[in-house]
Amino acid sequence: MLTGGMIVVVSFAYVGLLFAIAAYGDRRADTGRSLIANPYIYALSLAVYCTSWTFYGSVGRAATGGMGFLAIYIGPTLMAALWWVLLMKMIRISKANRITSIADFVASRYGKSPLLGGLVTIIAVVGIVPYIALQLKAISTSFSIILHYPGIAMPEKLGSQLFVGDNTFYIAMLLAAFTILFGTRHLDASERHEGLVAAIAFESVVKLAAFLAVGLFVTYGIYNGFTDIFDRAAQDIRLQTLITLGGESGNYGSWASLTLLSMFAILFLPRQFQVAVVENVDERHLNKAIWLFPLYLLAINIFVLPIALGGLLYFPSGGVDADTFVLTLPIAEKQAALAMLAFIGGLSAATGMGIVETIALSTMVCNDLVMPLLLRLRGLRLNERRDLSQLLLGIRRGAIVGILILGYVYFYLAGEAYALVSIGLISFSAVAQFAPAIILGLFWKGGTRQGAIWGLSAGFAIWIYTLLLPSFAKSGWLPATFLSQGLWGIELLKPQQLFGLQGLDEISHCLFWSLLANAGLYIALSLARTADAAEHAQATLFVDATRHVPGAGSRFWSGSASVNDLLTLLGRFLGPDRAREALAAYARVRGVSEVNAIPADADTVHHAESLLTGAIGSASARVMIASVVDEEPLGIGEVMHIIDEASQVLAYSRQLEQQSRELEAATNELRSANLRLTELDQLKNDFISTVTHELRTPLTSIRAFSEILRDNPALDMAQRENFLGIIIRESERLTRLINQVLDLAKLESGGGEWHAIQFDMRELIHESLRATSQLFNDNHVTISATLPDAAPEIIADRDRVMQVMQNLLSNAAKFCAPHRGRVTVALAPTQGALRVDIADNGPGISTEDQAVIFEKFRQAGDTLTDKPKGSGLGLAICKQIVEHLGGQLWVVSAPGAGATFSFTLPLPEVRA
Amino acid sequence: MSGPVIRCAIYGVLETMQPALKGPRLAALFMLGVLLFNYPLLQLFAHDGMIFGLPVLYCYVFCAWAALIGLMAMVVERSEQP
Repeated sequence: MLTGGMIVVVSFAYVGLLFAIAAYGDRRADTGRSLIANPYIYALSLAVYCTSWTFYGSVGRAATGGMGFLAIYIGPTLMAALWWVLLMKMIRISKANRITSIADFVASRYGKSPLLGGLVTIIAVVGIVPYIALQLKAISTSFSIILHYPGIAMPEKLGSQLFVGDNTFYIAMLLAAFTILFGTRHLDASERHEGLVAAIAFESVVKLAAFLAVGLFVTYGIYNGFTDIFDRAAQDIRLQTLITLGGESGNYGSWASLTLLSMFAILFLPRQFQVAVVENVDERHLNKAIWLFPLYLLAINIFVLPIALGGLLYFPSGGVDADTFVLTLPIAEKQAALAMLAFIGGLSAATGMGIVETIALSTMVCNDLVMPLLLRLRGLRLNERRDLSQLLLGIRRGAIVGILILGYVYFYLAGEAYALVSIGLISFSAVAQFAPAIILGLFWKGGTRQGAIWGLSAGFAIWIYTLLLPSFAKSGWLPATFLSQGLWGIELLKPQQLFGLQGLDEISHCLFWSLLANAGLYIALSLARTADAAEHAQATLFVDATRHVPGAGSRFWSGSASVNDLLTLLGRFLGPDRAREALAAYARVRGVSEVNAIPADADTVHHAESLLTGAIGSASARVMIASVVDEEPLGIGEVMHIIDEASQVLAYSRQLEQQSRELEAATNELRSANLRLTELDQLKNDFISTVTHELRTPLTSIRAFSEILRDNPALDMAQRENFLGIIIRESERLTRLINQVLDLAKLESGGGEWHAIQFDMRELIHESLRATSQLFNDNHVTISATLPDAAPEIIADRDRVMQVMQNLLSNAAKFCAPHRGRVTVALAPTQGALRVDIADNGPGISTEDQAVIFEKFRQAGDTLTDKPKGSGLGLAICKQIVEHLGGQLWVVSAPGAGATFSFTLPLPEVRA
Repeated sequence: MSGPVIRCAIYGVLETMQPALKGPRLAALFMLGVLLFNYPLLQLFAHDGMIFGLPVLYCYVFCAWAALIGLMAMVVERSEQP
């Protein structure tokens, strides 16, 4: 059994639960562990779209118009597919500029125009008033119905008592109290309400669950499933049209215009802007919302038609309003708990909408309507007040109460004449007026303030004339002749057949004329005159939001300010503590230690302005910032130069290309350097192992012969001498090797002493021949030299050159066959140098070996099988020396044809 | 230049080069939706026949709706772009 007291208690307990959730959400937000920072909560909060219109009204609409009610949910589904482009852009722009309402958004797009912000606010408030009336009507109706449980009674016609004595008025005031508690406890620069969003998401779950519960009960509890209901409906002559697109909204034109209308509504309704844009935590949440939100709409609509048909079959006499089937069917079946759940679901739908919508509207009224006016009234001396944050809160609270009272008055005046959905559609049509200014403004830089102002005004005026005033006329508050005969009796001015246009339902009719005038004026006036510099700058910021070049924003401004002035200004609107906190956070971002150290540059002023925008709207913030900042107005030429889009984007992409090319080059360099290092490392290892190997060979033989001498004292003298001779030769060889290694190390490190003297190369060659003659004799190799009669003298380290000559000659002697060997030395001057050739008729050097013999420890032939004839360092040393002296050393050879080693030494430059 | 810096820069370049298919795909689904839920396709189903015991139009609208949502979910969840 349900009593009035119990219903009230449960309702308040439910609202109390909402408060608890909101408080918990706020606390979590304060501790940095946001409750709403996930895409599921975001998608659920978007479902604030589903109000009592959906919960009660859809069934009522379906009961007269069949499937037609679905257009209102198909539209948002289609728009969701465009969110990725449209809503994403709106979110980015709003976050970057701290935009907190749709009025601010439009004002900001058109050069932060206070006039435009005010206009949008007025349109939104006036347009949304019927929608709020709809919620009040739903709560009031559902309350009076459930009060009569278990009887079914439609609410009586309204009495004459306005305000006092009318339940609906108290409901409106309770809603105002909730909203004030929820939304305006403190002032926040970003206007975000985490706790509120959590509560709204919870309400979305409740209303879906309640509706599905009622749907399941009606379909499977009262009837035997979908097929049963549809079968019965098909046999009922009255209901046959409902399962097609029948009824009053049965034509495809209405369907299309309702789809279009709801597409605009899902983007531009103030509460949708609030939850989708302002309360958005992370733009990536859009991903899941794109399909989760339409899924929610699908789920909440599956049972609408079955409930509508079921209700019509259940109450064949027609005494029960179809708008109330969701509640009256459970009551008629004596399901107290389900009826209560349905009531709470409806309450969720209505309060969710009421609270978010009035918060969004109150922000707009405060920031874009009242504050700009107050700031202009010099008599109030508002500029001198220290702390305005309390005033701001007061304005918002007043606005909330005012808006709900307006909703109540509209309900009182016109609410009776319409079904729920029809009232809502009036509001949708008003909000649709924002479409040209916003959608065109987002993608077309040419749209101007003049165009937006006149387009919006014209569209709004036509909306008032063709939808709002007729709704008063139908309720009897305006003469009925206004509808039937037109204004002043002029046929062409009949509000719902304007200029004689017939054949459209009233919504399509209004939509056609208002959008025609709106978009037409917007485009025409935008094309008629170009925008001024500030406006053009804002337009560029908006249109290029998704490909914004970093750092470009603050360049639209030039001027100077003091940080202290800014701090004082912020303090007056945000409260001194919050202002200081905000600037301290900014100081950390800028990397300076304290607030006073923040540079007073364009970035800082821009940041302060965006902080202020959050609190009082962009237009007012512009005015306030201008009051403390010395601005240098930017010429149109300058702005055009700065923001020339094509050049900027091109420059940006060129910069990227350049960067990637540089990266590629750097990577290649790094790779080759790495390769070279690995090679050098390998060479070093080889060098060390070769050196130790080369040292060990003579050491081993010295040790072996020493041991023989020690162990065999009886050895005869001749043998003894022979062994000692070997030991001495091997020691000499060891010494030579060590000397060479040291020598090479010295040469390679660039060290060593070089004594350059002037000398005759022919003399040096003779001397080297003399020094090596013994070697040639021993090996039975003949040697000859062909030297010119005269040769220019060179300047070099004579001993080093001698070393090279001796080395090459001894090599030649070593590699020639005894008795047949012949070595010739030739000297000839060449271009700027002297060239020495040492040719032998030895076995020659293969091409592969030619490449390596100048490296350390590398010898021609197979070092594993052939007995090595040298240390393998000689040629490496020679090459080092010759190259150090500025010459070149090379070999020309073929296997079996001997080898010719040549080197050049540069002649001294002839001094004039 | 250190490794991470280079890598970040390279990813940055790659990101800008990656074709942004998500937007166009969703836009195409929008067009598909406009087509599915309007005259003349809608008229094909707007008669009083029954299918699986359900009115043809009811069945069509909800099936097409669900299919469209499924496609949107697929595009959104499968696309590489964050």
